[in-house]
Amino acid sequence: MADTDEPEKKRRRVVELTEKMVVDGGSRDGGEWDGRWNHINTFLERPGPFTHPDFEPSTESLQFLLDTCKILVIGAGGLGCELLKDLALSGFRHIHVVDMDTIDVSNLNRQFLFRLKDVGRPKADIAADFINGRIPGCNVVPHFKKIQDFDESFYRQFHIIVCGLDSIIARRWMNGMLLSLLVYEDGVLDPSSIIPLIDGGTEGFKGNARVIFPGMTACIDCTLELYPPQINFPMCTIASMPRLPEHCVEYVRMLLWPKEKPFGDGVGLDADDPEHIQWVYQKSQERAAEFSITGVTYRLTQGVVKRIIPAVASTNAVIAAACATEVFKIASSAYIPLNNYMVFNDVDGLYTYTFEAERKENCSSCSQVPQDLHFSPSAKLQEVLDYLTENASLQMKSPAITATLEGKNKTLYLQTVASIEQRTRPNLSKSLKELGLLDGQELAVADVTTPQTLLFKLSFTS
Amino acid sequence: MAVTKASKDQKYDRQLRLWGDHGQEELENAHVCLINSTASGTEILKNLVLPGIGAFTIVDGHTVSGEDVGNNFFLSNNSIGRNRAQAATELLQELNTDVSGNFVEESPEKLLDNDPEFFHRFTLVIGVQLPESTCLRLGSVLWNANIPFLVCRTYGLVGYMRLVVKEHTVIESHPDNALEDLRLDQPFAELKNHIQSYDLEGMGKKDHSHTPWIIIVAKYLEKWFSEHNFQFPKNYKEKEAFKQLIRQGILKSEKGTPEDEENFEEAIKNVNTALNPTKISSGVDDIFNGEQCNDITSQTPAFWVMTRAVREFVHNDGGGNLPVRGSIPDMIADSEKFINLQNIYREKAMQDASVVSKHVESLLQSVGKPSESISEQDIKLFCKNAAFLRVVRCRSLAEEYSVETVNKDAITSCMDSADGEMVLYLMLRSVDRFYQQHSRYPGVYNYQVEEDISKLKLCVNSLLQEYSLNVNVKDDYIHEFCRYGASEPHTVASFLGGSAAQEAIKIITRQFVPFNNTFIYNAMSQTTATFQL
Repeated sequence: MADTDEPEKKRRRVVELTEKMVVDGGSRDGGEWDGRWNHINTFLERPGPFTHPDFEPSTESLQFLLDTCKILVIGAGGLGCELLKDLALSGFRHIHVVDMDTIDVSNLNRQFLFRLKDVGRPKADIAADFINGRIPGCNVVPHFKKIQDFDESFYRQFHIIVCGLDSIIARRWMNGMLLSLLVYEDGVLDPSSIIPLIDGGTEGFKGNARVIFPGMTACIDCTLELYPPQINFPMCTIASMPRLPEHCVEYVRMLLWPKEKPFGDGVGLDADDPEHIQWVYQKSQERAAEFSITGVTYRLTQGVVKRIIPAVASTNAVIAAACATEVFKIASSAYIPLNNYMVFNDVDGLYTYTFEAERKENCSSCSQVPQDLHFSPSAKLQEVLDYLTENASLQMKSPAITATLEGKNKTLYLQTVASIEQRTRPNLSKSLKELGLLDGQELAVADVTTPQTLLFKLSFTS
Repeated sequence: MAVTKASKDQKYDRQLRLWGDHGQEELENAHVCLINSTASGTEILKNLVLPGIGAFTIVDGHTVSGEDVGNNFFLSNNSIGRNRAQAATELLQELNTDVSGNFVEESPEKLLDNDPEFFHRFTLVIGVQLPESTCLRLGSVLWNANIPFLVCRTYGLVGYMRLVVKEHTVIESHPDNALEDLRLDQPFAELKNHIQSYDLEGMGKKDHSHTPWIIIVAKYLEKWFSEHNFQFPKNYKEKEAFKQLIRQGILKSEKGTPEDEENFEEAIKNVNTALNPTKISSGVDDIFNGEQCNDITSQTPAFWVMTRAVREFVHNDGGGNLPVRGSIPDMIADSEKFINLQNIYREKAMQDASVVSKHVESLLQSVGKPSESISEQDIKLFCKNAAFLRVVRCRSLAEEYSVETVNKDAITSCMDSADGEMVLYLMLRSVDRFYQQHSRYPGVYNYQVEEDISKLKLCVNSLLQEYSLNVNVKDDYIHEFCRYGASEPHTVASFLGGSAAQEAIKIITRQFVPFNNTFIYNAMSQTTATFQL
């Protein structure tokens, strides 16, 4: 963390908010019983040699956690279920959870708030119900929505946000949202505008947990290179030179299905439809037989089509617990938070590595440094597009580029709306000069990876 | 509703991709015993019930207190006053109807007094928040019965695990970064012939660009040999020169510019790994030299019979090498060339496996066991994983705790970093001492915290003295451990729950490698360490 001043200002803000906030609804007494919070009170009421420099033992800290502190959990899946349990049993009662998914049978091996009868129902709703029923007094508010369905006014109300997402795009969006909430006065960051972001991720037996103080510590985009882009198989391999069973499945998914339209015109491959998978499986076997490739199984087929990542309860439990511990530390100021990235792997024994991820000086998201784009005036717009998607620090998905030309806002290229994509596609093969762009011109770029438009400065090379 | 294999496959799909159907079968045949259903205990069990362990039995003589309910997801406030084992079993059972949950309303101490063989029925025993004396008693019973014992505890912001298993063999260790077994330094006859069948200079452009890099490296190695007195490229300079040699082989266009031949680029990129000499790792060598490998009897577990058989293969048939693994990585090539090359390796692997199989057969015969007692499938799996075999042997608790055999070196050298995890281990041992003397843990009540600090310090000093440990434990840690008041915060219990459950799964499935033998988690710094004590 930066200097120790900020946490003091933060703590004062928290106390201020405590006094100002009116907690609405929920049963106050929540069925309390003797000794209920004994296991966490020792950390709130007793002084100790390793506590945060700002920590003041108090019998009121518990009340802050119970009555005032508001936590947002993003995701009610493998990590989300664990996070909700961990937070509820650590004294947090005002918790919101956002998840756009419904429950699937394959979730049940680890998403323990769901049962067979819940399959098809929204995860957020069922998770909230379960926690509220099991932990008296806890008030989890569910939102069966995408994170993009909310704006600043929603996110601003939370003290701490914890993410248990399975998508890098969503993480980056959340990161961007919290960065957009930051208030700078005369170039100085107002610490009361910082909402800490705790982020967890898992894959099989590997996981990581990190603590981000937006505007102060490394953000998601500062360390984007830690998430290398997904490598897809080359098209020529899939089309004419398969060698692995996976190549055969990709052939059927990408080339055969659009050609044969097995379930009707315009019916896309639904990875969750067992009939569709069965068809893909059979055709993949045929393809494999043609090339004497062995190893195509139903399980492999499904894995390739759905891009399945293996998952178990234990890894999710570990990472969520680490994240929840950080939430507790920050909310109570009991200890100095993780600074700032922990990696976990229990394939061979148990291995962790804890380090301080560094801020990137020119991070496209959090550095406030305008990003330069260096291109020759004769370069085609396509080259700019390629740079935005392929550059390891940007990794945009489907950027939309606009510029102010002759006083008017002009969309140079946008691919997420079919009609606009068609209209602007010819621009891709035009040079920057032809498009009327000037040296030093600002280009505004929008993308799913960020809620805010990013500004780039066009710098012509000779 | 009848639970079909298909519906279980669906439910467990995400984990089946990690340990396979055979791993799942081991899990479903296992019966785990949990002692003490505190939060740490129920969190461990949750992570075993969800993946479908066959059965669990909770042994706990305590009644549920208000404090217990506060940190435990599997106890509700209307179970206050009831036996804790029974209460927890209900809510854990509810997680997964495939699992059979049982409970024994009894303290482990009573069971050890009256019926220690009670524990013999379990695949694994997990002891949570056990006092030292119980832990050692139980440890001794389980050690003698050869039952794996996992000791776990959450103490304030510290998590602790100790694995006690005499010998745990692993065939499928699933290493993260395994080296390929390509035999380019000593190609077997069929591979040599196959390489021979390629004529790089004479083939057409399309074939040239779609020749597997393994063939390319092999061909250019031959060239290099002839020019370098049959020596491999040895140092950095020579390897760079070798890469250049390959680069020169890239086809040129009419203008003289090099064509885009990705397979050649792959060959160049893979030179370093391709030139790794084929050899048996020291780890596997140690396993070959193990006692069990030498004296095969009718009691010898299959693992050791197969190890011995592979050792025989290495000495008699493999020319000092393990059976060929049979797999090659994907690489730029046309389908036919790749599949043909892959088949060369696969067929050799099958051949080698059947030679190993003959050794297995004769070993089994020599001790009067039928050859069916070890299946062909098992032998094939063993051969495929021969380079990755692992054996974990943990010292007993008695050895760890005895003054004669305590691992002084490990403790002393780790204490060089005074704020590392070793000091936490010493503090846990010290609070156990405190418990023995005062029948309670330090600082449980607010008024006790201050006065217990000096008492705990006496325990620390007596511990260090008894074991002649010339180390310094900072006062801050003594204060901190009094401050904890033996609390069990849920998040720390949950971290431990995930860690311990996965180690238990490793023991049960015999896949992936368990830790050896002491694991400490520090939730303050979010760091961990593993010690062999």
